Amino acid sequence: MKIAVCLKQILDPEVPARDFKVDAAKREAEQGGANLVTNIFCENALETALQIRDAAGSGEIVALSVGPAGAEDVLRKALALRADQAVLVVNDADTNPDPLFVAKTLAAAIKKIGGVDVVMVGREAGDWGAGQTGGLLAEELAIPCISFAEGFEPGATPGTIKVKRQTDAGFEVIEAPTPLVLTITNHDKNVPRIPKTRDVMQSYRKPLEKWTLSDLGVDGSTSHAYSQVAELFIPKKETKCEFIEGDTVEAKIDALAKRIGDILRAM
Amino acid sequence: MSEVVCTLWGRAGLDRAAQGVLGAGRRLADSTGAALRAIIVGTADDALASGAQAVADRVVVATGPGLEDYNPESYLAALSDLCKAASATVVLLGNDTYAQEIAARLAHRLGGSAAGDAVAVHAEGGKVRVTRGVYGGKATAVIELEKSPAVVWVRARAIEPADAAGRGAGEVERVTPELPATGVKVLERQEESKGGARLEDAQVIVSGGRGLGGPEPFTELQKLADVMHAQMAASRAACDAGWVPASWQVGQTGKKVAPQLYLAIAISGASQHIMGIADSKVICAINRDADAPIFKHCTFGLVEDYQKVIGPLTERLRSAK
Ligand SMILES: Cc1cc2nc3c(=O)[nH]c(=O)nc-3n(C[C@H](O)[C@H](O)[C@H](O)COP(=O)(O)OP(=O)(O)OC[C@H]3O[C@@H](n4cnc5c(N)ncnc54)[C@H](O)[C@@H]3O)c2cc1C
Ligand SMILES: Nc1ncnc2c1ncn2[C@@H]1O[C@H](COP(=O)(O)O)[C@@H](O)[C@H]1O
Repeated sequence: MKIAVCLKQILDPEVPARDFKVDAAKREAEQGGANLVTNIFCENALETALQIRDAAGSGEIVALSVGPAGAEDVLRKALALRADQAVLVVNDADTNPDPLFVAKTLAAAIKKIGGVDVVMVGREAGDWGAGQTGGLLAEELAIPCISFAEGFEPGATPGTIKVKRQTDAGFEVIEAPTPLVLTITNHDKNVPRIPKTRDVMQSYRKPLEKWTLSDLGVDGSTSHAYSQVAELFIPKKETKCEFIEGDTVEAKIDALAKRIGDILRAM
Repeated sequence: MSEVVCTLWGRAGLDRAAQGVLGAGRRLADSTGAALRAIIVGTADDALASGAQAVADRVVVATGPGLEDYNPESYLAALSDLCKAASATVVLLGNDTYAQEIAARLAHRLGGSAAGDAVAVHAEGGKVRVTRGVYGGKATAVIELEKSPAVVWVRARAIEPADAAGRGAGEVERVTPELPATGVKVLERQEESKGGARLEDAQVIVSGGRGLGGPEPFTELQKLADVMHAQMAASRAACDAGWVPASWQVGQTGKKVAPQLYLAIAISGASQHIMGIADSKVICAINRDADAPIFKHCTFGLVEDYQKVIGPLTERLRSAK
């Protein structure tokens, strides 16, 4: 089983709102003192792939990213977690290409890698949160896509897998033929592991392929043919909170119960 | 004449989400001089069929083998054919997981562009612009869709339903699409039933976070929720810890809720959590940290250790009834 995991480098989403600024003219976030990190759902995807390889006792994991040269960091981290192979498609020209451009680039890379049975992407990126790459990638590759997956196991017949995925009401188990795309969501079993220090050091000695857009035959000038950001701003919305006061905890709870009771009765 | 298409699921009925999608579609159609077509996939009950008819100019109900229950490949294939048969400039969907799963693929098949989790959709200079939260809700972006049709999934429950008064009923057409064979099969469908309303439709929600420290306090919260006739929810941190099912998660990547009252207990109020609760009428928090960001979104709140509050609060609300 060969699994390609697509990893996106993003601005640390944990940056608190008070430190977050945007460059309205460039229509992107200012990095400020924040770190660039691997998108959490991509880490969930890699963790899922690692567990599947562990359970099967065999298999190959290819970590794949499209981004500027600095996105190498997310791939080094993937190698430190023992991905077997890493590929960076260097795209320095555009920091925020549209989802179709990213999907076309990933599709070309996956074809070049060859023999991929399952492509895993995160359910959405923590920066722009488009939530489209998986679906568009599946269409580009003309294969099925199952979203919000927690993981999979071998199916009843060869060439199929059984995917467990979350829905609004609960979950579904879906049988699907490979190759296919899964978008991975977080759950209690795929919290990312921490790499061992030794593996982190070794990751710098492991090979990492770098391809350009032209190696893949992708036309860099089409990176906004699908959509573009027309405006970016920080919404101004702050509610003034009335803090419940009282001399004792009991008095405060009385006051809170009254406020809540009033709302419930008015409904 | 160009058309705005609203996509609805027969199984879901005329819920608040369906009403929001129809409302958004009607206003967009009126503002651009387009006709409104509602496409219902799967058997529609009378309420849904007549509700759609009251708002749309034309209603297409697609049923038949492969469409009884949701299957990503068959629903996508059917929708893509049904949208091609319309002269769609805009296709609107709700923001349930099924819609999110197939919207981008539908755009691809139609040669269009998609964007999602929209709080507003406008047509401007022949292009559709979608307003949505980005960076975990810390910023708002307006995305211009370059290709047509624009396929947009919207925060349906927060969108006003259409005013159907004075409109004639739209025509209804029933179709049975030919579907290609697919190897994708839904083997099992589990609903983690919590009784009562769906979380998305709940009027009162009691929600717990990492500060509860474990699964046990959720039992206490459940008692409080029962007294308040509330649904239970949680932050991602509580779900990831395995304390409660993933389907309880509220936020950017969980449910988008819009209750009259959202009571957040031991939740810090990260922007990604706020993204799921911003449409609540009143947000109230109990948190021992007065600087917790959640209070910036609260109408009222209590700075206190939850352990001192939950039991007595439950008792007071019970005896006040
Ligand atoms: C891409 C992305 C998507 C995300 N999507 C979501 C999402 O959909 N939903 C979501 O919730 N999160 C989401 N997150 C995670 C989010 O950023 C936060 O990490 C998460 O919401 C924190 O959960 P919490 O508030 O329960 O925990 P914490 O942030 O750890 O807060 C715990 C709070 O409990 C309080 N507390 C502790 N003990 C007590 C006590 N005894 N009494 C009273 N108060 C106490 C503390 O003061 C603190 O404020 C997402 C993150 C990313 C990067
Ligand atoms: N530049 C990229 N490189 C690699 N994977 C990406 C890239 N952009 C998006 N993805 C994948 O697509 C998922 C969803 O991203 P998005 O559709 O942008 O919300 C991410 O979690 C990644 O797995």
